[in-house]
Amino acid sequence: MTALTSARRLLGSTPFRLTLAYMGAFGVAAALIVGFIAWRANDLLTNKVVETLQAEVVGLREQFQAGGAERLAAIIAQRSSEPAAGLYLLVDVTGRKVAGNLDRVPVELEGRRAGGVFAYVRGGAEPPARVPRAAVGVPLPVPGGLMLIVGRDIEDLSRFARTMGQIGLWSIVLLAALGIGAGLAVSRSVLKRIEAITEASRTIMGGDLSKRLPLAGTGDELDRLSDSLNAMLARIEELIVALREVSDNIAHDLKTPLTRLRSRAEAALREPDGAAAYRDGLVKTIEEADELIKTFNSLLLIARLEAGAVAESMGPADPASIIGDVTELYEPVAEEAGLTLEVSAAPGLSVNVNRELVSQAVANLVDNAIKYSSGPAGQPAPQGVARPKVTVSLARAGDAVEITVADHGPGIPAQDRERALQRFVRLEKSRSAPGSGLGLSLVAAVARLHGGSIRLEDNAPGLRAVLTLPSTAAATA
Amino acid sequence: MRVLVIEDDRETAQFLQRSLRESGHAADLAGDGESGLAMAREGGYDVLIVDRMLPRRDGLSVVQKLRADGVRTPVLILSALGEVDDRVKGLRAGGDDYLTKPYAYTELLARIEALARRPAPEEQVTRYSVGDLSLDRLSHKVARAGEPILLQPREFRLLEYLMKHAGQVVTRTMLLENVWDYHFDPQTNVIDVHISRLRSKIDKNFDKPLLHTVRGAGYMIRDGAD
Repeated sequence: MTALTSARRLLGSTPFRLTLAYMGAFGVAAALIVGFIAWRANDLLTNKVVETLQAEVVGLREQFQAGGAERLAAIIAQRSSEPAAGLYLLVDVTGRKVAGNLDRVPVELEGRRAGGVFAYVRGGAEPPARVPRAAVGVPLPVPGGLMLIVGRDIEDLSRFARTMGQIGLWSIVLLAALGIGAGLAVSRSVLKRIEAITEASRTIMGGDLSKRLPLAGTGDELDRLSDSLNAMLARIEELIVALREVSDNIAHDLKTPLTRLRSRAEAALREPDGAAAYRDGLVKTIEEADELIKTFNSLLLIARLEAGAVAESMGPADPASIIGDVTELYEPVAEEAGLTLEVSAAPGLSVNVNRELVSQAVANLVDNAIKYSSGPAGQPAPQGVARPKVTVSLARAGDAVEITVADHGPGIPAQDRERALQRFVRLEKSRSAPGSGLGLSLVAAVARLHGGSIRLEDNAPGLRAVLTLPSTAAATA
Repeated sequence: MRVLVIEDDRETAQFLQRSLRESGHAADLAGDGESGLAMAREGGYDVLIVDRMLPRRDGLSVVQKLRADGVRTPVLILSALGEVDDRVKGLRAGGDDYLTKPYAYTELLARIEALARRPAPEEQVTRYSVGDLSLDRLSHKVARAGEPILLQPREFRLLEYLMKHAGQVVTRTMLLENVWDYHFDPQTNVIDVHISRLRSKIDKNFDKPLLHTVRGAGYMIRDGAD
């Protein structure tokens, strides 16, 4: 049963069917070529013999004109008796043989003045060898009612041609057999690999997202196909994992404020003081709800960015104007927090971005820098200390554009930097500061969407966040 | 003013109707796209509030159909979809403003009031004045009680927007969208700081403040006697 199905699968496989079709076309073409060669060779050889014969006939006619019928008969008799002689027959009007080594006029030549192929039996041979042999003959009417036939044995030639034909035929059969065999072997190996791929994809569909398609290591098309499918699988796995993380985080981090919201409403309901207390409770509940909505919106936005869903709204932009606008928005906030917001932007750069999203990312970085530079409770720096600075700079870095936001706040310890870019991570020290903990992960998502990256560095002291975006051709060379 | 609310969720619609009546506006309800379209065509409304996802005819298509028929009533589109692309699609379909659910009622009210009193496009005002404060849009000059006030370009645009909507509540989000063209929510109250800067320039040395904070909603510029 299994042997039968696997055989049927093998015979029905694409490579095998291709092999069959190819062999079919090849066989027809080869047969045509061999046939043509055989036909042409036969023709050529026969013509050559006929030419020779005609030349001899001309010679004999001259002999006749010079010496008459007797001389002709004598020459024929003499030539007939030579070893490896041609075929000759001279007959009179009644058809009686006058001279020559043929017994009678071949039926095939009767009435054919141009001559042709005929079969004859060699005289004098032993009975077992008395088989008809092929010959070519040309008739020559001789004045006086005589008829001369001059011929040549072509049995060897035609046997050669027949042998050649057979060799050709067998070669084709052999080639076809070899071709089909090779086709089967190739189909089988290809089929085996495809089956391995099918098997692997079944496992993946079954839920094992970490499984990958097997590679033969040959670097051929199948390997390349498997390779890109594997890359696709990796991306899918990444997205699924991200999605799972989002839902885990939603469950984990939204339940806390939701519980708080619920308890607040419950507490307000229990208040004995009536209207004023209800009112106060409701106001706080709405505030909590607004915070929840903000967190939820950020989460959704990050998830959508990570799915790469906003790519259509990209357009060319000058990064200097993006950071100019954002710092202009935050400058009064920085000043109020007792900070100096410094901007230095290299001109003439160009990026292909969603302006809104990149603005939001830069705004998040600037917002963080201001928040953490101005101390835990938003207090300006103590007197006597120089006004702390937040620096926003834009520079070209190879074929990328780097937007750097640097502060002199507490910074992030090296071992925590990677974690700080993840969703909802708020490092212990910043628990008291307002915010959803999604700011940096949103920046990371925006960077990834644009094919860029975000890295956090030590600003000694403080934090330096570097947002890298691929640069397009500069506006001014 | 008369408002038509095209919204399929009964509770949301009734909440809007009640709230709008309390704010002194008349509100009619339509529960699906087709009846909403028919009622909007009848005319007589100052503002339409259209939910984006509606039974029988989708909200965007209602707006498109109205605009194709030459109905120019201002439209505020309400939607649960709030990404950049969604908003662009909503405005491209002919909506005048776009508000993402969930929203605060004060935000919605401020926006429809701004929409309803929006001057027709042909009406080009070159000069705004509120009390003794005046702003010239052509020469970019601002003066209070005859004394010139120097403003940064962005402060000028902020004041221009507030004065254009004098007597109306303008929310922080509306300012961020219209003055800065940002549609995201900055974590810090950046707008408040800009407003207080502007206030120190136009109100500080005068007895009567013109730029008021409306608690829980936003800001309003108005002549105190109003």
